[in-house]
Amino acid sequence: MNGLILSVLLQRLGIALISLFIVSLAVFAATEMLPGDVAEILLGQAATPDAVAGLREAMGLNEPAIYRYFRWLGGLLTGDMGTSYVNDTSVASMIGDRLSNTLKLAGVAALLSVPLAMFLGVTSAMFRLSPYDRIISFLTIAVISVPEFMLATGGVLIFAVYLQWVPALSLASEVSSFGELLRTFALPVGILTVTVSVQMSRMTRAALIDILSSPYVEMATLKGASMPRVVLKHALPNAIGPIANAVALSLSYLVGGVIIIETVFNYPGVAKLMVDAVATRDLPLIQSCAMIFCFSYLFLITLADIAGILANPRLRT
Amino acid sequence: MKDDLAQIRDLQVTATTDAGRQIAIIKGVSFDIAKGEMVALIGESGSGKTTIALTLMGYTRTGCEITGGSVLLKGKEMASLTRAEAAKMRGAVAAYVPQSAASAFNPSQKIMDQVVEVSRIHGLMSDTQAQEKAVELFRALALPNPEIIGDRFPHQVSGGQLQRLSAAMALIADPALMIFDEPTTALDVTTQVEVLRAFKSVMQNSDIGGVYVSHDLAVVAQIADRIVVLKGGEVQEEGTAEQILTAPQHPYTKQLVAAFKPAEYATPIDEAITDTILDVQNTFAGYGLIGKDGMPAFVALKDISLTLKRGQNIGVIGESGCGKSTLARTIAGLLPRASGDIQFDGKPLQADLKDRSREHLRRLQIVFQFADTALNPNKPIGTILGRPLSFYHNMGGRQKEKRVEELLDMVHLPTSLKYRLPGELSGGQKQRINLARALAAEPDLILCDEITSALDTVVAAAILDLLKELQNELGLSYLFISHDLSTVQAICDDVVVMYNGEKVEQTKAADMMHATTHPYSKLLLSSVPKLDLGWLDSLEQDPELMRKFSDR
Amino acid sequence: MMLVSGFRLSYWGFSFNLVGIVASVVILFWAVVAIFAPLLTPYPIGLIVDYDYFGPMTSEFWLGTDYLGRDMLSRVLYGARYTVGIALAGVFLACFLGVTLGMAAASIGGLFDTVLSRFLDAFNSIPSLLFGLVVVAAVGSTIPVLIITLALIYAPGSYRFSRALAVNINTMDFVTVAKARGEGTLYVIREEIFPNIISPVLADFGLRFVWIVLLLSGLSFLGIGVQPPNADWGALVRENLGALPFGAPAVIVPSFAIASLTISVNMLIDNLPQRVRDQGE
Repeated sequence: MNGLILSVLLQRLGIALISLFIVSLAVFAATEMLPGDVAEILLGQAATPDAVAGLREAMGLNEPAIYRYFRWLGGLLTGDMGTSYVNDTSVASMIGDRLSNTLKLAGVAALLSVPLAMFLGVTSAMFRLSPYDRIISFLTIAVISVPEFMLATGGVLIFAVYLQWVPALSLASEVSSFGELLRTFALPVGILTVTVSVQMSRMTRAALIDILSSPYVEMATLKGASMPRVVLKHALPNAIGPIANAVALSLSYLVGGVIIIETVFNYPGVAKLMVDAVATRDLPLIQSCAMIFCFSYLFLITLADIAGILANPRLRT
Repeated sequence: MKDDLAQIRDLQVTATTDAGRQIAIIKGVSFDIAKGEMVALIGESGSGKTTIALTLMGYTRTGCEITGGSVLLKGKEMASLTRAEAAKMRGAVAAYVPQSAASAFNPSQKIMDQVVEVSRIHGLMSDTQAQEKAVELFRALALPNPEIIGDRFPHQVSGGQLQRLSAAMALIADPALMIFDEPTTALDVTTQVEVLRAFKSVMQNSDIGGVYVSHDLAVVAQIADRIVVLKGGEVQEEGTAEQILTAPQHPYTKQLVAAFKPAEYATPIDEAITDTILDVQNTFAGYGLIGKDGMPAFVALKDISLTLKRGQNIGVIGESGCGKSTLARTIAGLLPRASGDIQFDGKPLQADLKDRSREHLRRLQIVFQFADTALNPNKPIGTILGRPLSFYHNMGGRQKEKRVEELLDMVHLPTSLKYRLPGELSGGQKQRINLARALAAEPDLILCDEITSALDTVVAAAILDLLKELQNELGLSYLFISHDLSTVQAICDDVVVMYNGEKVEQTKAADMMHATTHPYSKLLLSSVPKLDLGWLDSLEQDPELMRKFSDR
Repeated sequence: MMLVSGFRLSYWGFSFNLVGIVASVVILFWAVVAIFAPLLTPYPIGLIVDYDYFGPMTSEFWLGTDYLGRDMLSRVLYGARYTVGIALAGVFLACFLGVTLGMAAASIGGLFDTVLSRFLDAFNSIPSLLFGLVVVAAVGSTIPVLIITLALIYAPGSYRFSRALAVNINTMDFVTVAKARGEGTLYVIREEIFPNIISPVLADFGLRFVWIVLLLSGLSFLGIGVQPPNADWGALVRENLGALPFGAPAVIVPSFAIASLTISVNMLIDNLPQRVRDQGE
């Protein structure tokens, strides 16, 4: 560690914080665009002028937006995510263990997809334009061209309905044995892994092919190095930065994928909670869920970014 | 033949284009390399010289394929080896020294690891032995700190050192054949001298055979025993270095040799004219944030003064990073000067081109080095030449059309080119279009920034002739920026030598070899290779001076 | 795809390959369907024509019937209007915003560039589906809102892409020559930069179109995209999800419609006709 690398890292951290600030502003502003009055919508049939005014007062809606924004942000930072409009319980308690369910799903999918994507990306770059590469390319294009819900419903149709290998719904609470756990999680995790890893493997392949056309790779070939040696010793160490970048970009598919997968499988996670909250227009809940996802995503991107920086020898020494 | 190391017979190489078409790029080339002999392959870009050299390693670049003939190296047929067989020969029997060592070293590995990698791949010796041998080679190649230079990363050493390190990398396995692919082209002349000397000394005392690929006849003359002249994938002439230089037979070789001896330049306008077109006084300029003293963070031009009379030419020479291109950009107003004064035809010239009048912009034109990037690839030539006509002279319709044709005629190009796109033209043609575009403005002064440097020797010589001819017809003045001394000598009245952002001295071009007094100018001038077999061996340079000015 | 890239046709100085041709035909087909949907549908889309629901493919109802017994063919043909129309409007708006701002940032540079880039990058770090959820939750889901939301989600990416291209072009000598001649910023952007980034921008346009189709379908699938009685392909899948256990065409056909469009656009981008550059040889 030297001064240069420290300053670059601090800079990245600063950028991440600024991004998080802008994101929170965007999330707050988007929910502020609600036409009409929250209080009126919430009260529905019972919206007498008095009741509306009372509720507005109680919810602090009469204060200026900027004040409410900072109060909301301050609440988030201290762990107070507000109260649900719909059932009057605290948002924090609603999210509670659902967060760990979602983290389990996304974490396992991420852990599986990174090595899978690396393997597919690196091997298809190594054997570029071979039949193997062409088949992998064809399959990955097919998968990224198809909406995630189609993969998920297709998976249910094949594995749960026809083959009956796995249950169609995953209710994490009813799992009692390890085997059952595996069966319950297999389909959602499997489909999430596929959607994330095809993106990642395509970007990994592109990054590596770019490096494989560089003069120092040709030089290694002209020194008599074998193909695996050229790739593993010369190309890969220099591709860490671009590959880390590819991993980071693909992680946004993890977030999108989680939302769809939790809905299709009726999985008790934060994403499902958020989709349900959209139907009932429960804004505090939506805002909090959105911020949880944005924070996790920014955290992962920054992590990948830092990994890429640390891999650069010009900064390391 | 005698003690043959390698034999190339009727070699054919084909390339496949993007659209799937097959094109012959090497059309039946044959020559031999004897043990301990250095054979130079010389030719312009596209002559196939690197392609031929690489076939000696059983290697072709992506899209190329050996389709006929044979390449024998130590009795092995390199043209038909499997990938694994070829890998056994590469590095061990035939080794490669690349054009740009800076990009041929893996940026994420220490230099020593890359140098000894060849021995690891082929299992030749233990790592300790290999490292000892590497240090010996570093010493033999006159590298500074041979004991520890291997512990560095490639970005921590200079270009000239990397080039020698890449030779060490090639020599580590005691190959029978060394292939040098334009190994000094990317270097400055003062550095080139050192690198050439190092190559020569390690090659001389061994029976390693060599192939030296280059476009520079003067460099080749210092190091090669025999020369093969190539053009369009065919051998034009083959002979000993002496015969090629002194008694070339083939017309193309004659042209090549002639291009190295440019005609002496004589001012076309008599001395009586004292009208000053450009007057630069105490000018400073640079890049980065402006500090409290009004100077930028990095000062690239320090206190430059020079004057240019109407109808005359001034040359600015120096090595990369000396600030010569910055000077052109500052005069053109692309980089506003930090301080100083520039007068154009007796009137002050604004620092920033945005503040200049259209008339001033018109009278001062700039032409760049890389013809490819200076022309918008999506516009036909007619449109490119037509724009300054409508912009400066409000021309349109037939009048503009006619003037475009005149301009093409002036630079000796067929008028039918106006419908073509830049990508369909050769490098020399593109540079002529660049000139024509500057001429379209009807300028008084043209700033020429290395305009012949990216061109092949013969083509560059023709461009210089064109410049002189245009000057005679139109009474132009040129500010001619170059790193190449002979180019400057061929066209300039005065020469300014720059070093590290400063003007070192100014002399008459005609007798600059004798008139220079500053030690740097002397070093620079003496480092320019001459078309003379014994030049490098007889060259004596002060090692102190070399250390001081050539920090590589 | 490259599996069959051996087959090529050459016309007008361009070479086409088989996959590119097939993909173009599929795209053209859906474009025609989207434009002429009202003329092509055999039944009114809202009309319940069959007593049975999730009916199979018959000569009467080529693609079967949906969960209410409506003709699936008519609904899919009409769905093309919504999917293709909304996605196209969204991608046009996104790329127009992105490319314009990108070129401006590249040629103006300085603080304008820094602030805009930083802001849009941060905006880009909101996962797209999530942003859609938040906006729809707040504003509700009408077609103009969907178009604007999709455009806003994909404009920062288009900005980033075209800015990077424009920055490269901006450093080229021919741009410097134009500036040295005294040309204004608008001329430089219009005449020197734009023509040189247009082909990669078009490819990016195609990719972004695919992403927008996928996101729109995803939103509709979640029930927050196109609202009943209208239905795009994603909404058709959602409506007929009950057919999944029976494997009825009602749920499979709209899925395949989406896949055929997105795969074709992706394939076309990978197999664009190439200019034959070596005619003279």
